Amino acid sequence: MKKILKSLTIAAAMITATAVGPATAEEPKKGGTLVMSIQATPRHLNPAVQSGTFTGQPGTQLFAALIRYDEGWEPQPYLAKSWEIAEDGLSVKINLVEGATFHDGKPITSEDVAFSIETVKANHPFKSMFAPVTAVETPDANTAIIKLSQPHPALMLAMSSQLLSIIPKHIYGDGQDAKAHPRNSEDVVGSGPFKLVEFKRDQHIILERNENYFMKGLPYLDKIVMRIIKDTSARTIALESGEVMMSGFEQEARDINRMKKNENLNVSPEGYSAIGPVNWLAFNTKGEKTSDPVVRKAIAHAVDRNFLLKAVMLGTTGPAKTGIHPGSPFYNDSVESYDLDIDKANKMLDDAGYKADDNGVRFPLTIDYGWAAAKPVAEYVKPALKKIGIDVTVRSSADFPTWAKRISNHEFDMTFDNVFNWGDPVIGVHRTYSSENIKKGVIWSNTQQYSNARVDELMQLAGSTNNIEERKKYYAEFQQILADELPLYPLFPSPYHTISNKKVGNAPVSIWGLSSPMDKVFLK
Amino acid sequence: MNLVIPVVQRIVYAVVLLAAVLVLNFSMLHLAPGDIADTIALASGGADADVLIQIRKDYGLDQPFIVQLARYVGSVLTFDLGYSYFYNQPVTTLIIEKLPATLLLVITAQVLALVVGVLLGVFSARNPKGILSYIVTFIALFGYAAPVFWTGILLLIAFSLKIPIFPVAGMSDVTVEGGWFFEMLDVGRHMVLPVFTLATIFLALYSRLCRASMMEVLGSDYVRTAKAKGLSERQVVMKHALKNSLSPVVTLAGLQFSAVVSGAVLVETVFSWPGLGTLALQSIIARDTPTILGILFFSALVVIIGNLLTDLVVRFIDPRVRGKT
Repeated sequence: MKKILKSLTIAAAMITATAVGPATAEEPKKGGTLVMSIQATPRHLNPAVQSGTFTGQPGTQLFAALIRYDEGWEPQPYLAKSWEIAEDGLSVKINLVEGATFHDGKPITSEDVAFSIETVKANHPFKSMFAPVTAVETPDANTAIIKLSQPHPALMLAMSSQLLSIIPKHIYGDGQDAKAHPRNSEDVVGSGPFKLVEFKRDQHIILERNENYFMKGLPYLDKIVMRIIKDTSARTIALESGEVMMSGFEQEARDINRMKKNENLNVSPEGYSAIGPVNWLAFNTKGEKTSDPVVRKAIAHAVDRNFLLKAVMLGTTGPAKTGIHPGSPFYNDSVESYDLDIDKANKMLDDAGYKADDNGVRFPLTIDYGWAAAKPVAEYVKPALKKIGIDVTVRSSADFPTWAKRISNHEFDMTFDNVFNWGDPVIGVHRTYSSENIKKGVIWSNTQQYSNARVDELMQLAGSTNNIEERKKYYAEFQQILADELPLYPLFPSPYHTISNKKVGNAPVSIWGLSSPMDKVFLK
Repeated sequence: MNLVIPVVQRIVYAVVLLAAVLVLNFSMLHLAPGDIADTIALASGGADADVLIQIRKDYGLDQPFIVQLARYVGSVLTFDLGYSYFYNQPVTTLIIEKLPATLLLVITAQVLALVVGVLLGVFSARNPKGILSYIVTFIALFGYAAPVFWTGILLLIAFSLKIPIFPVAGMSDVTVEGGWFFEMLDVGRHMVLPVFTLATIFLALYSRLCRASMMEVLGSDYVRTAKAKGLSERQVVMKHALKNSLSPVVTLAGLQFSAVVSGAVLVETVFSWPGLGTLALQSIIARDTPTILGILFFSALVVIIGNLLTDLVVRFIDPRVRGKT
């Protein structure tokens, strides 16, 4: 019965996916203003020195990257018209599009590429993106050669979307600290499909068509207005009334299901596989009880992922069996999924010698959560584990930093957590398991304090070869070991959805979704 | 009417109070676990260890508490509220940028609530057992009991979605063209629902209070005298009773001045109104300490000034208070 239910959910997910896929072959039309919404004010608009989706959505319109991706994880030319990876994998030659200019009319040269990579390497929060880069050579204005200390397969994704914005050296190279540069939020000059008209905090970001965009004939839209609307209910009403035409990163299950029924709206889960947000139940592998893999596995058998998907997520997302996002080419679907089995879980604990007292309690544990959406999941775990004799105390935190402090200082037994893949596993996945990344005070490091020499080795191997088949093999084993030792129990990807009015054509569905240039979006 | 002594006295109080507010707020925020580095990591989807260390160093968060406090108090003494970690902007600039929107919202709502509340209070006090009185009591209690965000969302569903006459969010529509008149009209359209929502709470307070105090006054001897000497009902109520029953209402209105910051947070969030409330919420979520402290300092200042003004107004309308200091 459970199997049938599961395949039904998958089938349903596939139907929705196809129903709201790329728009039919309708001829794109030029012109018009797209009013969309984002959920918070970004710190500023320069993705080279600020990560995160709120900067990424306007940032990828303002700044072009070297590469862009389609919906099938295939790299496409963008500012780089072509690229060649050397035999030994130690250098990558980038050939730039000729005649491309920044919004201020100055040409884009290899100097800007070298400067951008240096700036990102020095300032971006994800050091692994360009860590192996030793130098960027600029033999001529249209050629850049990236020198590497080892083959670096993550480089391709790290050169796309918001991860490598090409920023003008003549503006940001003036000696000021790039992180606090005044031009990050005012008079921003990039080379993307849209130019900045106005950035008003807590109100809106207005973008207008870049007439000299290097991709000829694009973009279709005259203007994009990104309205900053924090309240989920208000955003839903604005989408339903047509006041807002598009909104991404929506994850309130009830609102998503309500909008699915609205005949004026398209609701799509496409466009989030690269950002790859995965939710899991993390264990402190140095905890008194949770250091025992038997305990962790018994807990996994008692926590019913399918129940959470149905009752809490209301069918808006599917299962994730590993910490790699199910949309990634490296996802290994064949690992143990720890389906609900209370008897087995009890037997495992009995066999391991965890005796229950007169009240049926074997031992107590705590579970933490750091944000409101995680509360129902944490609360569900309490009665679920009672069935196997674990007395769970749910610990709430006043806000995110309070939770982050506890978890990053390893003062927890179990916690609900949500970590993003950010493209290649080297960037967003390795950090969770690498034994070198057990760092007190750093949230989303290896806070489980998990360490396994073979896992470290597999990450090293998969992170230093450009052979995709080999990488798949390494990551398959990597996920196998993790499923076997279970430092964390993966649950499901965040149910991110893009809601768009049916009048919007070509709503972004590439792997980077709304954090990619919206130059092909049009209004019908 | 000697005003110099009480005013000077209150200014001295105010300075002491502000200093206490400053030190207490700073200490309390410091006690909370976690800091801006964590929230930057949150906004970024994670960050490497050395990035977090660098952020803490950049903002002086690696220094001992007493050094941080001394630095902050020192900068406030030179009228500098510091620099927002989150926005990389001076806090004063941020507050000044957001203030007009909040003032527009809160003052309009206050005036509306005061005028309508007093009128309703007077009418229902004149006939406390009448239908109107019960209706006023009901509306007032309902307005007071219903959570603001709920009222707001219901109004949005009713008047933005079902009967789409008002916009859902924001303060202005950037696509509106045609000069300042149309832009003003547009802001007005955006204001209706948030002002109404915010006014419902104040309205409840004022109408209840005005009703009670009016009833008390109407039963007093001098009103009976006024009636006895043959004045019309209207004259008695408007000239004699109203002026005397207003003093508690004015006091309360003055106290509500703090709502310039606090009361508007929820309404601003529901309607995406770009005011101080939204800024306060954002900076609390981001642990943007200088901005939170700046807003708290500013609201303390507003409350103190508001109380001072209330005192003066009450002295003006109620001669009995003038004698005391």
